Amino acid sequence: MDLRYSENDEAFRSELRAWLHTATKEIGIRPTNEDWAERRAYDQRWQKMLFDAGYAGINWPVEYGGRGATLTEQLVYYEEIARSGAPDVGIGFVGQLHAGPTIMMMGNEAQRRAHLPGILAGTEVWCQGFSEPGAGSDLASLQCKAVRDGDEYVITGQKIWTSFAQVADFCEMLVRTDPEAPKHKGITWLIVPMDLPGIEVRPLRNMSDTTEFSEVFFDEVRVPVSNRVGDENAGWRVAMTTLSFERGTAFMADQILIGRLVQDMAALSRRITTGGHRSWDDVEIRRELGHLAAEVDALDALTKRNVSAIARAGDGIPDMNLAVVVKLAYSELRQRLGRLGMNIIGRAGLVYDDIEVDGHDLATRALLYERLHSLALSIAAGTSQVQKNIIAERVMGLPKEPTWTSN
Amino acid sequence: MDFQLNADQLDLVDAVQAFCIDQLPMSRLRTMEGGPGVDRDTWAQMGDMGWFALSLAPDDGGVGLGLADAALVFEQAGRFCAPGPIMWSHLAAGLIDGAAQGAVVVGGVERPAAAIDGATMPAVIEYPDACDVLIVVDDDGLWRIDPATLSGRTPRPTDPLTPVKLVADLPQGDQIAGAEVAATWKLRGRILTAALMVGLADRLEWLSVGYAAERFQFNRPIGSFQSIKHLLADMHVRTEMARAQTYAAAVTWDQPDIGDAARAAAAALVVASGAVEKNGDMAVQVHGGMGYTWEVDVHFFLKRGLVARTWWSGTEAAAEDVAASLVS
Repeated sequence: MDLRYSENDEAFRSELRAWLHTATKEIGIRPTNEDWAERRAYDQRWQKMLFDAGYAGINWPVEYGGRGATLTEQLVYYEEIARSGAPDVGIGFVGQLHAGPTIMMMGNEAQRRAHLPGILAGTEVWCQGFSEPGAGSDLASLQCKAVRDGDEYVITGQKIWTSFAQVADFCEMLVRTDPEAPKHKGITWLIVPMDLPGIEVRPLRNMSDTTEFSEVFFDEVRVPVSNRVGDENAGWRVAMTTLSFERGTAFMADQILIGRLVQDMAALSRRITTGGHRSWDDVEIRRELGHLAAEVDALDALTKRNVSAIARAGDGIPDMNLAVVVKLAYSELRQRLGRLGMNIIGRAGLVYDDIEVDGHDLATRALLYERLHSLALSIAAGTSQVQKNIIAERVMGLPKEPTWTSN
Repeated sequence: MDFQLNADQLDLVDAVQAFCIDQLPMSRLRTMEGGPGVDRDTWAQMGDMGWFALSLAPDDGGVGLGLADAALVFEQAGRFCAPGPIMWSHLAAGLIDGAAQGAVVVGGVERPAAAIDGATMPAVIEYPDACDVLIVVDDDGLWRIDPATLSGRTPRPTDPLTPVKLVADLPQGDQIAGAEVAATWKLRGRILTAALMVGLADRLEWLSVGYAAERFQFNRPIGSFQSIKHLLADMHVRTEMARAQTYAAAVTWDQPDIGDAARAAAAALVVASGAVEKNGDMAVQVHGGMGYTWEVDVHFFLKRGLVARTWWSGTEAAAEDVAASLVS
């Protein structure tokens, strides 16, 4: 077991750190309002800066615009992004962390050349069209259909929880191409341009009071057959690759960022008073900070174990059995952080905005957002309950529940 | 970075596991109840395998491996509920003659705090009749006591394989090391304790998985019910988190340039301590009524975990140390 970064890793770190020092000043603060065009423009500007400097797609092959470095250097990258307070991937999330890696593994050469460089340069923004109103945890029961008509698929149906749909150029989409086949065997993975006629995006207002995700309606949308990734009706296997990335490596950056969050919470607890004393002097608050910081360390260690496992396996695809453990631990930890944050700030929690005390900005809004937004984490990318079934059935070998039918 | 076991480490785990399967089956451990808790012959064999000398430098008569390797041994010790003051003898290797080889059994205890208002708690000495040497740890250093000179009551122990003695007035003892060494013992001791707990938590998880797969109710294995699966999955997550942080802490001790070993050790103890307690409780629950019996092995692992949770001033002291590191 070795946790040391190589000389190469450390050289990369100092070069990146120096670049971030000036680049973060140049890019300025990300807008947090609901002007999605403005947010898209900001995120694209940042991605272009990263791309031009050679810091986009750290572990992606050079031929598709990446840096061709190791997953360990990718980890170094996330650590430095977190340390510098630079913007995270933002609306580039689906393209860089789901669709891109999936196309790289399962797409054909033309698809790779058409999309991967654009994703890294920030010119292509993606959204995800997997879930439907009737297909949540039971994703394979999805009904949005695509009927073959010559060289085209004609898509009709609805998707939901589609993050960044209002500003996306493409959608990674699962559609039903064989309604007669068993549910896992009639699904196809498609690349769908979002500017086609027949697509309607309706943003959903969520409890954190943002419109990050939308419902998307498809009415006889025609997509070339050449936009199919993998074989017709083989989309479930492609989707499992996508989900391995989604659960395995997509949240690495956030896992590292929460180390900073718990540090900030400790600092804030010493400046804020609740119930007649500093929050820090409340022994339960202080110890919970200790417990959560310990869990954050453990999650970081587990992430490094998984990165090493991926490196040893050699195929670059995260092991789902390891990924689900990280996802479960991460979601629960974020929710505990959210609860503790609100205990620390007390009645300042009634203000869904930063508050100023004696001229100091207490930055409480981030904690309130954490309190609410963390609730989505044990639902998105597969509920915690589904992840627990995966552990019990795949890691422990326990039998599935008997199938239930209504007739 | 390659944060997975290397080939030598995998061999080490295999060898220790084979030894434990052969020498420390539960059928044998159950016969040790009521005794001193250490079998001299087995202890010497553990010494031969390097259980105590593993992380001691070759110049001092040790094997010269790292604390990470020792942690792997302690994890197996936990998985098999190995009795005896293994941690103390490991820490004492190189300081007390014979400890490294397993010829001398060294026990240890933290000195109870002086009374502030009320009675001073007696020292609770583990394995009092098995130890040749007792080391007392306090803020000023390490102190050596001959356990044969201690008088006190020998009550029924909570863990049947951790016999104890209540000593009201623990003597000062002869100082054998200063505050710095004592601090080092605490740091390394927390990591080894966490490793033992990881093994206990792991065994509690897999005892439960095995039972859930073979126990039928409603004409189905109870492990097919999601209510049971989710308890087991929670146990798995806790074990994996504890294992990752414990290995990270041990590796950080061995490779000090990668981080703060004291913080990592305290964090490992916090996470592992939570894992062993919660996994123990859930293992009883998954086993149902049988889990509450003496006959089923679960309680041995749970009770050893409850004993280990008191070491090094306990879990909450470690949580306080982690919290303090956030603002220092």
